[in-house]
Amino acid sequence: MENMIQGRAYVLGNDVDTDQIIPAEHLVYNMDDPKERRLYGIYALSGVPEDEAGLPSGKVPFVPKNSESAPYKIVIAGKNFGCGSSREHAPAALHIAGVHVVIANSYARIFYRNAVDGGFLIPYESQDNLSAEIRTGDQVTIRPDINILKNDSTGKSYALKPLGEVADIVRTGGLFLFAKQNNLMPK
Amino acid sequence: MTITEKILARHAGKSHVRAGDNIWIEVDVLMTHDVCGPPTIGIFRKQFGRNAKVWDPKKVVIIPDHYIFTSDTHAQRNIQVLREFAKEQHLPHFYDPGTETYKGVCHVSLAEEGFNLPGTVLFGTDSHTCTSGAFGMFGTGIGNTDAAFVMGTGKLWVKVPETMKFVIEGELPNYLMAKDIILKIISDIGVDGATYKSMDFDGEGVFSLSMEERMTLCNMVIEAGGKNGVIQADDKTEAFVRSRTDRSYEIYQNDADAAYASIHIYQASKLEPMVAKPFLPSNGVPAHTLSHVKVNQCYIGSCTGGKITDFIAAAQILHGQEVQVTTVIVPATVEVNAKFDQEKVDGKTLRDIFTEAGAVIGDPSCAACLGGPQDTFGRLNHDEICISTTNRNFPGRMGSKNSQTYLASPYTVAASALTGTITDPREYLNTSSSSE
Repeated sequence: MENMIQGRAYVLGNDVDTDQIIPAEHLVYNMDDPKERRLYGIYALSGVPEDEAGLPSGKVPFVPKNSESAPYKIVIAGKNFGCGSSREHAPAALHIAGVHVVIANSYARIFYRNAVDGGFLIPYESQDNLSAEIRTGDQVTIRPDINILKNDSTGKSYALKPLGEVADIVRTGGLFLFAKQNNLMPK
Repeated sequence: MTITEKILARHAGKSHVRAGDNIWIEVDVLMTHDVCGPPTIGIFRKQFGRNAKVWDPKKVVIIPDHYIFTSDTHAQRNIQVLREFAKEQHLPHFYDPGTETYKGVCHVSLAEEGFNLPGTVLFGTDSHTCTSGAFGMFGTGIGNTDAAFVMGTGKLWVKVPETMKFVIEGELPNYLMAKDIILKIISDIGVDGATYKSMDFDGEGVFSLSMEERMTLCNMVIEAGGKNGVIQADDKTEAFVRSRTDRSYEIYQNDADAAYASIHIYQASKLEPMVAKPFLPSNGVPAHTLSHVKVNQCYIGSCTGGKITDFIAAAQILHGQEVQVTTVIVPATVEVNAKFDQEKVDGKTLRDIFTEAGAVIGDPSCAACLGGPQDTFGRLNHDEICISTTNRNFPGRMGSKNSQTYLASPYTVAASALTGTITDPREYLNTSSSSE
């Protein structure tokens, strides 16, 4: 895990479901084919209703037209992020688009697990209502060593909840790497 | 311990577990389908080697059901990936589209094929795998990485969930369905009201339900964020299971001193037909409060609302009537579709009732429940307003971001088809019951 993660933030509201993160019609591309894999990045967050895309203004496309990735390394959201289907394509699509970290008030269980076990994203939780504190496009800095998020645009800092029992899997980069390191894989 | 705690303890080789424990458990069945199967296979090969074998071919069940009747070339390619994997791994339980073995919607197929067994552990690469909890078992949805891990090892880590208990007291009135109960519960606890938790359904109202209706209850626990739903197995469960398989099973009961995170009690007689407004399954209100809402599509299908009991309910309302708006009917499975010609309401087959009412019947699959490729049967491609027996009404869930979906029971959807506005089914059930 990086010691410091810096980048621009993309801000969303509550209950962003996996159909918004990657609409079902796009779940057909081959993850192992580099050309098809890129499409997941291109369509990441394409299902978010326009007015809620990139708060507070809305109408900010996550991936700009004619681009293959997002200019945002950090996604900020409200409660219950990633609710809905079990599609691992959702955290994968955000990862492929260039996201390293999601910070939400809470997560749907399967999305959280997929983000961790697949090694796609670091899913932090925050008690603060960051969707109202941070604006899409703000430059932010995350310090995983001390669980702090700083909004460089305003100078304000916010506490992140420690990753807790999944921290070891996040640190090793996913379930398989964790299992191999801990001799949990069969020969 | 609760039923869920007992099943998980047993599969971890422990005599006792507590909510919050992280444990490794043995898996009885891993189910996957055409959307998440190919990427799972990709991870499996990458991690265990190109020539690796699944941990137990009998326990890997592959049921393609999502994008079957489409000309989308990627979707067709993905089914071919499953076909080749099933052949290479000698999987006896692969249900191939275009052949006699094809089934349809995976969660309903699992029940039909006798994979739903009390006391067992099922993981599926689909969030509605919780449906199987209706059989007194542990079933939950997982992602592709977890599924690939199970494929190679037969094991997975889980956190033992706390259990919330929902008691439905009294028998259900004739106008009420399981869908109304679960929409009411989700409207009370919210779309994250059961996150990380197990939802246990209990009481006379639950045990009076058919197995199909119990499946509807457990199916939508994920819409409250639940990890699994569970209903203790009883005589009905055993009769259903025995009619499908001779595989062995074990029935677990909640201990009298089992610990619950919360207990919620409902009187069945006080519940009303419910409709969840766009764009959250928790936006449930009584159907009669939405009588001003015009709809231009009605949809009856999916793992939630496409079982035979769902269509018998719809037929009770549509019998001898004519729909006023596009009404799409998608049987969950080939077996349900075949029963359209056998099951009758007032002497007429379901197929005749639906056809004469002007509804259109599609091929068994998930179809437009989750939108899918552009040419999917019943998909909302524009700004349609749809009332549907499916499970989710998030923005764009059934297709276009400009469409809207209201969730309701088969009774309510069928009644709304007859008027073109959202309609409380009591308006039709009261009149038709006098002629029976």
